[in-house]
Amino acid sequence: MSTTSPPASATSARSTAYRPSAAKRAQVWLANHFAILSAILVLLYLFLPVAYTFAFSFNDHGKTNIVWQGFTWEHWQDPCGVPGVCGSLVTSLQVGAISTVVATVLGTLMALAMVRYRFRGKSASNVLIFVPMATPEIVMGAALLTIFVQGFANIGIDLGFTTIVFSHIMFCLSFVVVTVRARIQSLDPRIEEAAQDLYASPMQTFWKVTFPLILPGILGAAMLAFSLSFDDFIITNFVSGNENTFPKFVYVASRRGIPAEANVIGFSMFVIAVLLVVGAQFVSSVRASKVKE
Amino acid sequence: MTALAHAAVDPGADPAAPAPRATKRSWTAYVLLLPGALWLGVFFLLPLVQLASVSLQSRYPGFPGYYYRDVNLDNYASALTDYAPHFARSFLYAGLATLLAFVVAYPLAYAMAFKAGRWRNLMMICVIAPFFTSFILRTFAWSQILADEGWVAGTLNFLHLLPGGNIINTPVAVIAGLTYNFLPFMVLPIYASLERADPRVIEAGGDLYANGFTTFRTVTLPMSMPGVLAGTLLTFIPAAGDFVNMELLGPQRGKMVGNVINDQFLAIPGGYPVAAALSFTLMAAILVMVFLYVRRFGTEELV
Repeated sequence: MSTTSPPASATSARSTAYRPSAAKRAQVWLANHFAILSAILVLLYLFLPVAYTFAFSFNDHGKTNIVWQGFTWEHWQDPCGVPGVCGSLVTSLQVGAISTVVATVLGTLMALAMVRYRFRGKSASNVLIFVPMATPEIVMGAALLTIFVQGFANIGIDLGFTTIVFSHIMFCLSFVVVTVRARIQSLDPRIEEAAQDLYASPMQTFWKVTFPLILPGILGAAMLAFSLSFDDFIITNFVSGNENTFPKFVYVASRRGIPAEANVIGFSMFVIAVLLVVGAQFVSSVRASKVKE
Repeated sequence: MTALAHAAVDPGADPAAPAPRATKRSWTAYVLLLPGALWLGVFFLLPLVQLASVSLQSRYPGFPGYYYRDVNLDNYASALTDYAPHFARSFLYAGLATLLAFVVAYPLAYAMAFKAGRWRNLMMICVIAPFFTSFILRTFAWSQILADEGWVAGTLNFLHLLPGGNIINTPVAVIAGLTYNFLPFMVLPIYASLERADPRVIEAGGDLYANGFTTFRTVTLPMSMPGVLAGTLLTFIPAAGDFVNMELLGPQRGKMVGNVINDQFLAIPGGYPVAAALSFTLMAAILVMVFLYVRRFGTEELV
């Protein structure tokens, strides 16, 4: 849209001679602001279902929470009032926490190996990391189900919490590697070389120099892993057996109408996540300005 | 894939490093790599091998849920003939959703890269934030928004713009849901490649008397091509395998291949072999399409 600015300035230069018509000016203004106006519309579109989720958490509904029936605080006062909803939330938080920690540690190690070292089998490892991200979730879910039912069940691991965690670590891993790898690649290698020139051992260099520098990338990757795990439904649906995670609870309930308590929990998670992201942004901008000083 | 390997080559690697040190280093690399690679081997590759073997198994007649090892290609024949319409619908709906997502995402990514100024970070948060609400809750919200009693269908009916009379339970609702659900996967890569582009190059297009559309077509779009490519893949792949949007927004009949796989595995006794064959066919079809697509439009920079 910047292309419209030269003609626009030409118009204003000539405006001492004559004023362009209102329609012409409106057209120029629209051309200049087209991108930003459509961006605002798209953002509104993105938030529309969230607004619905929030609004219907106050719905004084009977059996089904589909049509608006009146306002109530009831669901916010007792979000655990519906059987199973908070149990599934706790399961999701536990699965998310364990998967995030394991996937972040394994993924960071892999990212370090991929960026910092040359070794045989590097391109094969690259493919191994890339392909899970390019595989539809339903195929991964189906594959995991067959191995769990026809293989793991024989060694005493049945479908449930354990198999959910195993699967979540797997699909989070690639995303962690890609995120952390990008951060390591953006590092200036001379910083580490300087540390070694100053007689730091490899371990000291890593923990005192490299690790603090890549920490924001690791934290970002951990957050991504947690949100992928917490929101996963398709793979979880295949490997969970009788265990209920929050998305699975919501999906099963959706046939009868999702209870408003689930809306309360879903919207609260949204608020918590946004506060965390805004907080992280704030901390990093404060740090950046301190560095500048 | 080679481009992928290319991107990972350490830009700061010292080619003149002494040889003994390099061998020691590569040994450390395997130690770092091993746990994660093992995990992917056991929980990604091994399951795929098992899925391949299941897709060739036969069932015991009269014992639903029991299979024996076999090389039964009938499963694939069934997947390709009985379920061809399901595959067609999956790829059609996912393709249309990808196209729509591109049209919706591009202006947003453009505004974020060139027009947002200090609002850029806030806009970024706004793009990601809705996705912290469970995606099933959001899809269910769409079923409320598009319902016959809702304002969208109401307005369109009032204007006589809705020939069938409803949106919900039609393919249109499914495509709308798919478009919405995978939009950030389109926005973020396009934004990333536009952000790296030099806005002065675009201005130069205008200075050389190209009109807005010509500049976009010949300058801006080619510069953002790596992002567009990544974005379309990240939207198309999950959309083609999705079954939740169809289940919550779509019609009772005329499902997508994801629904069939899900039902065959979890609801129909004895459905494993055909469902496994369907999964494998889906994966192979997507890989072939991705390969052709990347060859046609790919750039050096991709992944």
